[in-house]
Amino acid sequence: MDKPTASLSSLPSPAPPFWRDAGKRALVFQVLALATVGGLGYYLFSNTQANLARQSIATGFDFLKKEASFEISESLIPYSAADTYARALLVGVLNTLKVSFIGIVLTTILGTIIGIARLSSNWLVSRLARSFIELMQNIPVLLQLFFWYAIFYEAFPAPRQALNPIKGLFLCNRGLIFAVPEGHPAYSAMAWVLVAVLICGWLLNRWGHRRQELTGKSFPAFRVTLFAALLLPFLTWFFYGAPTAMNMPVLRGFNFRGGLSVSPEFSALLLGLVLYTSAFVAEIVRAGIQSIGRGQIEAAMALGLRPGQVLQLVILPQSLRVIIPPLTSQMLNLTKNSSLAVAIGYTDFVAVTNTTINQTGQAIEGVAMIMVVYLAISLSTSLFMNWYNKRMALVER
Amino acid sequence: MKFTKTLMFTIALCLLVCTVAQAGKDLDAVRKKGFIQAGVNGGVFGFGMPDAKGVWRGLDVDTARAVAAAIFGDASKVKFTPLTAQQRFTALQSGEIDLLTRNATRTLSRETQLGLNFVQVNYYDGQGFMVLKKLGVKSAKDLDGATVCVLPGTTTEQNAADFFRNNKMKWNPVVIESTTELSKAFFAGRCDVLTSDASQLAGIRAVAPNPDDYTILPEIISKEPLAPAVRHGDDQFRDIVDFSVLAMINAEELGITSKNVDEMLKSKNPKIQRFLGVLPGNGKALGLDEKWAYNIVKQVGNYGEVFERNIGVKTSLGLKRGLNALWTNGGLMYSPPFK
Repeated sequence: MDKPTASLSSLPSPAPPFWRDAGKRALVFQVLALATVGGLGYYLFSNTQANLARQSIATGFDFLKKEASFEISESLIPYSAADTYARALLVGVLNTLKVSFIGIVLTTILGTIIGIARLSSNWLVSRLARSFIELMQNIPVLLQLFFWYAIFYEAFPAPRQALNPIKGLFLCNRGLIFAVPEGHPAYSAMAWVLVAVLICGWLLNRWGHRRQELTGKSFPAFRVTLFAALLLPFLTWFFYGAPTAMNMPVLRGFNFRGGLSVSPEFSALLLGLVLYTSAFVAEIVRAGIQSIGRGQIEAAMALGLRPGQVLQLVILPQSLRVIIPPLTSQMLNLTKNSSLAVAIGYTDFVAVTNTTINQTGQAIEGVAMIMVVYLAISLSTSLFMNWYNKRMALVER
Repeated sequence: MKFTKTLMFTIALCLLVCTVAQAGKDLDAVRKKGFIQAGVNGGVFGFGMPDAKGVWRGLDVDTARAVAAAIFGDASKVKFTPLTAQQRFTALQSGEIDLLTRNATRTLSRETQLGLNFVQVNYYDGQGFMVLKKLGVKSAKDLDGATVCVLPGTTTEQNAADFFRNNKMKWNPVVIESTTELSKAFFAGRCDVLTSDASQLAGIRAVAPNPDDYTILPEIISKEPLAPAVRHGDDQFRDIVDFSVLAMINAEELGITSKNVDEMLKSKNPKIQRFLGVLPGNGKALGLDEKWAYNIVKQVGNYGEVFERNIGVKTSLGLKRGLNALWTNGGLMYSPPFK
C-alpha cells in the first residue's frame, strides 16, 4: 500500500477519515491511554516530590550507604551494626529467601504426602489427612504463627534447664542448638565427590534410557547412583583419616556458645507457613491425581506394570500438568506470607526495611524496595515454574 | 489488629503521596475541624492507654488535652490515634494526625530528615535494662552473650547496639513489633533482658504476672528526651504546642493547681496575672484566647499534678520525679518567662 500503482493513485480514491480507519483509531486510543497513564504517573511523582520537599523530608537512596547501627540476630552473611543499610537490607533479603526456599521444599514434600494419604483406601489415614487439611486451611496463618511461636517459648525450658535428649543436642526456649563437625578439608572433598556422583548419575540415566529405547533392556540407574552417593563420600571421609572432631555447644553465661542453632522465630515461621500451605498443596495434588481416568490405571496394571511404575510412568506425567500451575501460586503465597515474620520477630526483609524506614524516615523508598524485591522473587519463581510446566506438558502430536 | 495497622500505614502513605499541597496552616485546619487529632502510644500504661472504661489516660494523653484546652478552651476537643513506633512519624508527616505525643525521643536526624519540629520535653527518660532477679545480674556490663528483647524502629534498638558494641559484648536481639507480644515473649523467658526507656520498663513491669520477679538494672545507657512533635511548616501551631507544655511546667513553678486556679485569678503577683491572662498580652501574641493558660491548668492541671496522676509514686508505676522535677527542686523542668 506504501507505493500504490499509478492506475490506482490516478483515481480520486476517497480516503476514509481517520476516525473511520480502524488502524488509525486504535493507534489514537493507544496514545491517549499511554498519555493518561504517563500523566497520572508524572502527577503522582511530582506531587510526592513537592510534598516531600515542602515538609523537608529527605528523599533518594543516599541512606543506603550510611551506617545502619542496628543489630540483626540472624544472618547468612557476616553482619554487624557498623555495616551499611544496604548490607542490612541484603541480610533481610537473604533471610526471606532462606525461609521461602526451605518452606517451599518442605511444603511440596509434605503436601504431596498428605495429598496421597487423603486418597488412601485406609479409612484412618484418609480421615486424618482430611482433618489436617480442614484444620490448617481454615485457621488464619497469622494466628497459627502466634500459636507456634508461643509454643516454642512457653513450652521449652530456659537455657540452663535445656532438654538434652542426645549428646550435643539441646532444646530450650532459645531454639534448637546442635553440634556440628569441626571444619576439616575432608568435608569439602566429600561435597565435591557427591556433586561428581550426581552428575555421573544423571549421565548414566540418559545412557540407560537410550539403551532401553534401542535394545529394550532397562538399567537401574537410580539405584546405582544412590548406592554410589552413599558409599563414595564415606570412602573419601575415610581416606582423609576419618576426622571426628565436633564443635560442641557449651552453656556459657546466658546462652550456648558453639554449634549451630535454629531460632524459635525461624522455626515458628517455617512450621506455620509449611503446615498452612501444605494443606492447600495436598488438595492440589489430590485433584491432580484424581484427574487421571481410572481406566488408564487399570490399563497400565493390565499391561503388567508394577504400582511404582504406574505412578511414575502413567499417573505423574499427566497429573503434573494439572498440579504445577496451582502449585506455583501456592509457592508464591508462601513467599509472600513470609512477610508476616514481623509479628513474631524473625528478621526478614520487611522487618529490616521497617526499621530502616523508621530510622531514616524514607517510607516511600522503603516501600518501593519491598515491592521490587517481592516482585523479583515472585517473577523468578513464576519463570522457573513456567519453564518446568512447559517441559512437563504433554507434547501434542 | 495487624490488618488495621497495615491498613492505617497504607492510608498514611497514600495521603503522603496524594494530598495536594495545602496552604501550610495546620492551625487553621485544626480550628476548622474543631478538634485535634493526636497520635499516642495506645499500649503503655501511664503514658497513653485507654482505661477499663475506654477513656484515654496518660501523661502524653494529657499533654494533647492541654493543647486542646489552649486552642479551643475545651480539653475534650481531641481525638486519639494509637500508633506503633513504626507508624508514628509517617502518620504525622502525612497529616493523618496533627500532633504527636507518643513518647518520641527528640534527635537531630528526626528533627532534620523527617521534617518534624519537637517542642518542650514532657518527660526526660533514659534507656534501661530489666532482667529476672534470679539470674543474679547486678550490672548491665554483665550482659555479655544475653538475648535481648527490643522494639523495632526505636532509638532503643540503636542505643542497645551502640552499648554492646562499645563494651565489646555479644548480644542477640529479638525484635518484635508490638509491645504486648514483646513483653509476653520476655515474661515467658524468650529473652534474658528487656530493654526500653526506664519509664516504659516500669509500665511493663506493672502488668507482669509476677512484678516482683523482675528488677531494673541501675545503668541508664542513653538520654531520651521525650517530646511532642508537629510537622514543619506552621510556626504558630508549633509555638502553641510548645507553650502549652511549658504552661503546665510554669503553673507548677508558680504554685497554681487545678484546685486553686480560680483563687489565683485574684493574685497580686504580676507573674501570675500575666500567666493567667488577667494582664492581657500572652494570648494575643500566640493567637489564642487570653484565658488559654487558665484553661490548661483548670481542665488538665499543672505538670506536677499530671505527673502524679499518671505515673507518680502513688500509681502502680511508682516513678519518682527525678530528672522531671522542677529546676528549683534539682530537676530539668524549666520554663522560660511568660511575658
